[in-house]
Amino acid sequence: MSETVIKVENLYKEYKLGVISHGTLYRDMQSWWAKVRGKEDPNSLISSSHGQEAEKDSFLALNDVNFEIKEGDRVGIIGKNGAGKSTLLKILSQITSPTRGTITIHGKVGSLLEVGTGFHTELTGRENIYLNGSILGMNRHEISDKLDEIVDFAGIEKHLDTPVKRYSSGMMVRLGFAVAAHLDTDILIADEVLAVGDAEFQKKALDKMGDLSTGEGRTVLFVSHNMGAVKKLCNSGIVLGKGKIDFDGSIDDCIMEYTGLSNKSEENQCYWENDGSIKDQVFTPLKMYLTDASNQPLDKIFNMSNIYVVIESEIFEIDSSFNMGVELLSNTGETIFLSRLGDYNTPKISKGKNMFYIKLPINDLNAGNYQIKLGAWLYHVRYIIQPESQPTIFFSVNDVFITEFGDDKRPGFFAPKIEWKIIN
Amino acid sequence: MSDKPITIIKPQNNLFALNIGNLWKYRDLVLMFVKRDFNTFYKQTILGPLWFIIQPLFTSAMYMVIFGRLANISTDETPQMLFYMAGIINWNYFSECFSKTSNTFVENKNLFGKIYFPRLAVPIASTLTSMIRYAIQFSLFLVFYFVFFINGTPLSLNWMIVFTPLILLYLALLSLGFGMWISALTAKYWDLKMALPFVVQLWMYATPIVYPLSLIPEKYKVLMIINPVVPAIEFFKIAWLGAGTINPYHAGLSVALAAIIIFTGIIIFNKTEKTFVDTI
Repeated sequence: MSETVIKVENLYKEYKLGVISHGTLYRDMQSWWAKVRGKEDPNSLISSSHGQEAEKDSFLALNDVNFEIKEGDRVGIIGKNGAGKSTLLKILSQITSPTRGTITIHGKVGSLLEVGTGFHTELTGRENIYLNGSILGMNRHEISDKLDEIVDFAGIEKHLDTPVKRYSSGMMVRLGFAVAAHLDTDILIADEVLAVGDAEFQKKALDKMGDLSTGEGRTVLFVSHNMGAVKKLCNSGIVLGKGKIDFDGSIDDCIMEYTGLSNKSEENQCYWENDGSIKDQVFTPLKMYLTDASNQPLDKIFNMSNIYVVIESEIFEIDSSFNMGVELLSNTGETIFLSRLGDYNTPKISKGKNMFYIKLPINDLNAGNYQIKLGAWLYHVRYIIQPESQPTIFFSVNDVFITEFGDDKRPGFFAPKIEWKIIN
Repeated sequence: MSDKPITIIKPQNNLFALNIGNLWKYRDLVLMFVKRDFNTFYKQTILGPLWFIIQPLFTSAMYMVIFGRLANISTDETPQMLFYMAGIINWNYFSECFSKTSNTFVENKNLFGKIYFPRLAVPIASTLTSMIRYAIQFSLFLVFYFVFFINGTPLSLNWMIVFTPLILLYLALLSLGFGMWISALTAKYWDLKMALPFVVQLWMYATPIVYPLSLIPEKYKVLMIINPVVPAIEFFKIAWLGAGTINPYHAGLSVALAAIIIFTGIIIFNKTEKTFVDTI
């Protein structure tokens, strides 16, 4: 069943930087001459000994990448811009060659790096289906067999014999995707194709890709910046960063890793203790954690009321410009709220040990992962806690709505249970 | 699993891994490209395919005036119209295929950057498309030929005309060979793109199109060896008009040179297609 269909070993891709000019020809000759003499290319980064000049002129878009993909896997490739995702897809789709390394692929590959590649605006919809299909590697008979399905999916029956220059951009995108989605391949490689088209089309396209992989057992490689789409479509993932694989595993873990919220260090998650890195002559936080009526530290919250953030701290000096704040953020780093000492009433702090209890309005918080950050400063004077080293604790809210259909996930930060009054 | 094709992607080290079988799998694509190029050529024109005829007709007429009347260059006792037209249609075919093939990578960079298919499909398709154009222009040549024939002009038609398709095939392969060389170099050095139209024009004057090869002094004829288009043009003229000069030894060397260019052209084109997206 789950045999390896794609095996990538020690893959490198080096790009030369800079513009083509008279110097390029000189360096090309230099590299060629070195090769002829059986020496290492003086202009390559992969060489064991390279000069200063090589470092300036080239960079490694992929740096020793290794992975395996099993049959039927739906793999999301995620990473920041410039992490090497597109380069990897281009090599897998044979658009460009690797500089070093080997890829072994079992099965026919169809790649969809752009929707409607090779469309000719003067030709009709029908002619373009044949043209685009041939470019993607289908023969005439295969296209003829699938013509009705393609036309139906794209919804262009009436315009089939109209030149595509009369099409709306939406129709073009639908047609392009429809042709590619009906390719008869074992492996489908897709890059950001869902970034085009309206929301309705994006959903349709995503559903179609899901059908291809789950229904027909095809292996899918999907690159997107849309974490929602990746999460929906894929079951495993690869996180690329600066040409190397930062992480691979289940898609949920990959997204966590990518969004900077790894669950790997479970034990420290919901509890912060000062390791001595934050020291101040006015205020020093010692511990931060969540608690409820039991007064015990918590790490998961089952949507109960009376949840407090507890900050244990030491105050050495009463300074009128002192203030502190607690910020609740989503797992993607968006602030949900920021509360400051003294918002509600004048604080009564005293020298020595102070315990702050901040009651969270948590009963309406939606299921998901959250973080709480602590900040402290002297107004218009200085930070007590530097913004980049704020104590942070993580927690998750589970199972907000449990219905007879199981877990009901809602979008948004809040999931209030609101009474619907009905007047009959 | 065993029935599935296995693809191995590696840096290209073997120059001779040409993968011609892969090209055969994409033969429908070649046909689609031919159809596309032919159908879209005369879209939004009034005269449509007539343009294929107008161009050689007017060019021949112009040559008759300039080279025939004004410059008084000999056409080896053959009717001027047929002499020029024979040169023009063959030269047109070569120069068009050569220019199109040379621009393969530059003109298709968007397509090539998004999808893989054997890149050779593009120049092969344009060579085939140009054959349709050649067929139309050749028919025009036959019409004029017939008119001269009826009027009693002595035309030394001979059995060698059966080689006409071979001449066309030779020109097709030759233009592919030269074009593939230039396309591979233009992918990196755009200077060649600038030089190309100019080179094609000069090349025409270095080929016996507006003058007969017999006009070239014997001691310079040896220079014609480095222009493998010459034997094709001369052979065509011998077959249809009975007026051409072929030195079998020189022609043999030219054809050998052509074979080397075609063979190395395929190799360098094949090597370029693997990485040109990184440099273009």
